[in-house]
Amino acid sequence: MSNNEEIATKAITLSMGPQHPSTHGVLHLLLDIKGEKILRANPDIGYLHRGTEKIAENLLYHQFVPYTDRLDYMCAMSNNLAYVLAVEKLLGIEITERAKYIRVIAAELSRISGHLLCIGAWALDLGAMTVLLYAFREREMALDLFEMLCGARMTHNYLRVGGVRYDILPSFKGKCLEFVNLLPQRINDYEQLLTENRVWLKRNKGVGAISAEDAINLGLSGPNLRGAGVKWDIRKDEPYLVYDRLDFDVPTGESGDCYDRYTVRIEEMRQAAKIIKQALEQIPDGRPCVDLPDVVPPPRMEIETNMEALIHHFKLVSHGFKVPKGDAYASVESPKGELGFYIVSDGSERPFRLKIRAPSFVNLQAIDPLCRKGYLADVIAVISSLDPVFGEADK
Amino acid sequence: MTIGPDSVLVKYVKNRFGPSILDTIIFRDEVTHLIKRESLAGICGFLKTDPLLQFNFLSDIAGVDYYPQQPRFEVVYHLYSIPKKHRLRLKVKVEEDEVIPSVTSIWKGADWAEREAYDMFGIVFEGHPNLKRIYMPEDWDGYPLRKDYPLKGYKDRYNPYGEERK
Repeated sequence: MSNNEEIATKAITLSMGPQHPSTHGVLHLLLDIKGEKILRANPDIGYLHRGTEKIAENLLYHQFVPYTDRLDYMCAMSNNLAYVLAVEKLLGIEITERAKYIRVIAAELSRISGHLLCIGAWALDLGAMTVLLYAFREREMALDLFEMLCGARMTHNYLRVGGVRYDILPSFKGKCLEFVNLLPQRINDYEQLLTENRVWLKRNKGVGAISAEDAINLGLSGPNLRGAGVKWDIRKDEPYLVYDRLDFDVPTGESGDCYDRYTVRIEEMRQAAKIIKQALEQIPDGRPCVDLPDVVPPPRMEIETNMEALIHHFKLVSHGFKVPKGDAYASVESPKGELGFYIVSDGSERPFRLKIRAPSFVNLQAIDPLCRKGYLADVIAVISSLDPVFGEADK
Repeated sequence: MTIGPDSVLVKYVKNRFGPSILDTIIFRDEVTHLIKRESLAGICGFLKTDPLLQFNFLSDIAGVDYYPQQPRFEVVYHLYSIPKKHRLRLKVKVEEDEVIPSVTSIWKGADWAEREAYDMFGIVFEGHPNLKRIYMPEDWDGYPLRKDYPLKGYKDRYNPYGEERK
């Protein structure tokens, strides 16, 4: 080739995923690239579609709770919470104070475990493996706490319509306090590895930036929206459970790039630890479930000793409970964003229609505008920073 | 906070769009307006830009199938206002062979939500830039969330051992 001849670069389409270690699940991205520049990123989802909404229409209300665990399996407690809140809203019941506090603790623990995995996997994708190992060390402690709460580590099925399934053990309080006291120091450790790290800054600062206006228009929520500087947190703006009694800050970013989404998540973990600490101090005595025999089965001890309680339990488990006709939407601030359940009831024991507003699904729409005009390597940072979970995005 | 009939979400919207609003329901502190299909785009544009309402965030779009009722479908829009911190639900009834205007030009985030409703119910959104299936394969037969779609599988090339289609 002579010197004055230009090297022609042809635009090609590259398939990234659905089996790719950096796409966090079964994301299939069709990338139109020219050299290393991204012209267009076209996400193709649905590889994990299990028809959760169709399944819900054919289950009793209480039978659907375990299915919500499998939506965002990184932080199953938040999914349980959003669903039971929607059913309770339809039923018009108010749960006990103790149950509210236990739910807050469970939801915030799941926020910590979700964010730890996000940061760890993100760092791993960008070449910092140590952080993943550290993050999993702490995540393990959070999972141990879940095990103390309900016996399961990932798919909890802990919250039930009308309260929580079991009361917390006396030893839980101390263990949990130990964890939330330790966590801020450990977060400092991750920050020491990442926040000022030159490679981390180069790979994240200014990458995948989005303006606040665009982010709202696209329907982004959670840390991805707050990273763009929009101070919207459902826990603050439409307080559910007892969040209005707890003191915490809502961190926001400025430029809406990957780095801001990182700092928001780091700070959210600290705030979550602060919330759990306050909740552990304030938690009152009482029942973990409302006294509502139509919805909540009797305690285990009674079932084993009392014939009527056994019949009652059998009737409730096999027939379920009726929910008044109407529709309701309940949403919570899940670690990924606004997680909402819209339930249409026809007055029977099964939801007539159940629609899940999955934050990962909506957030994924932003992949194309965030990746455009960037480099191929930036796509990895952008996906990690959006933190999609495909159990939820594909339903 | 309870929402009464004097709330800005009810009275103000009703005064402005009286004839286009077929019904207003307040249930469990949530306001729902059932509106005419033709006026959907106009009402949405107003709700987004009006300084008293400012519904700048489209939370979700859901399809509901009331088979065998007529009209068959209902499309439900969940709106939220980040500056005003209030929510509103709009419902539009659609017949099986009718199309509904897309709101993607008002909220860009409606893109995938409308595609999902199309994929699951076969509701066609007019003016959508890229209306194709999102979860199911492109050559999929039928719309899974319709009430007359079977819960268990039937025989096709994706499910060769399934039950016979009824």
